[in-house]
Amino acid sequence: MSGVTDLIIAFLSIALVNNLVFTKFLGICPYLGVSKKTDMAVGMGLAVTFVLTLSAAMTWMINNLVLIPLDLGFTKYIVFILVIASMVQLVEMYVRKFYPGLYQSFGIFLPLITTNCAILGTCLFIDLWGYGFLKAVVAGFGGGLGFTMAIALMAGIRERLELAEVPRPLQGAGITLVAAGILTLAFMGFSGMVR
Amino acid sequence: MIGLFSRLLTRSPGEGGGATADAPAAAGSSAPDGASAGVPVAARRQSEALSYFIKDLWEENPVFRGLLGMCPTLAVTAAVKPALTMGLAATFVIVCSNALVSLMRNALTPHLRILMFTLTISVFVTIADLFLKAFMPEMSEVLGPYVPLIIVNCMIIARAESCASKKGVVISIFDGLGTGFGFTLAIIMLATIRELLADGAWFGFRILPDWWVPWTVMKLPAGAFLTLGFMLAVIIHLHARKQAKQAA
Repeated sequence: MSGVTDLIIAFLSIALVNNLVFTKFLGICPYLGVSKKTDMAVGMGLAVTFVLTLSAAMTWMINNLVLIPLDLGFTKYIVFILVIASMVQLVEMYVRKFYPGLYQSFGIFLPLITTNCAILGTCLFIDLWGYGFLKAVVAGFGGGLGFTMAIALMAGIRERLELAEVPRPLQGAGITLVAAGILTLAFMGFSGMVR
Repeated sequence: MIGLFSRLLTRSPGEGGGATADAPAAAGSSAPDGASAGVPVAARRQSEALSYFIKDLWEENPVFRGLLGMCPTLAVTAAVKPALTMGLAATFVIVCSNALVSLMRNALTPHLRILMFTLTISVFVTIADLFLKAFMPEMSEVLGPYVPLIIVNCMIIARAESCASKKGVVISIFDGLGTGFGFTLAIIMLATIRELLADGAWFGFRILPDWWVPWTVMKLPAGAFLTLGFMLAVIIHLHARKQAKQAA
């Protein structure tokens, strides 16, 4: 299989078929927490995509060029979380300095991203699947876009749900989870398209 | 079971501490069996530690009341066995990290504290992960990256932030135990429902009769979301009913 096809398949696989939220349960906290308004959800999703692409590249390089040759694989988790935390810090400082408008719109989400399991989880899955460098970057980008799509869809549903009459015990988290379940059922239609 | 637990554990920590300070001799009975009995402990510090334990176990259960630690809650509850392993691993990590964070609480600087929490947690997660890989390789395979993902479990960071960085070691350890067992309890309840409906089994043993047709969707991600959604509804309903009864 040629390189480009391979990359496109990796992208589709992680964005649709193996969507982080719907099949891997990664990033559930922001998925349930920040999905009240569509514009906030899209902002969060784009911030995640940005950091995830960078972290996927950085952790791949550190893991394959430093940790594995030096036989330090057991420190992987500690190093990964440090890389992600410093990445988020750097991105926050950079965006605040050079793009104040962008900082206004998604700056508040950046500190939250360190503890977003979608980032660490994707980096770990990329390591588990043994992807090459380009494929890892593409997978990070695709995973972020898939997350953005999931959280934006959920926000759209929740904006409609505010007008609906929900039984009292199901209000809040209950109905959100049930809606997420039904959305997940819809996404099962993609399963089996690519591995 | 839910009713029993909520009846036993209605006492809030503030009340418990106050009542024991007023009447320290109330120690004796083994469980708070009504509105008048105090928390059964001798010293005030012990009573505070115990009340943290009890409060975290059910009244402020991290999953059902706090909506924390959602990723592992949904991901590992397709069967009871991985759920139990996950719960115990998370309990180990939270107890150790709470103890260590509490020991270094005076040295923490505000802007670096989250990073210190995360680093402390990831050290203990590495220990837990290596232990699982060495002694329970099949289980480690099933749980996969969800063991390292304990690092970013918001439940553990939340306890480090709101309890361990402010209180003493004993209280922090009990708080960790309570949160950990509360989390284990919650994911085992969820896993029990899902495994029964999906396989007609519990802990790998088939217990429903042969006519039970496996409800496969319960094993899939969609089943996890739906089950947790309806469980939350049941628990919120019971909670609201209890509060209405107390108000009346």
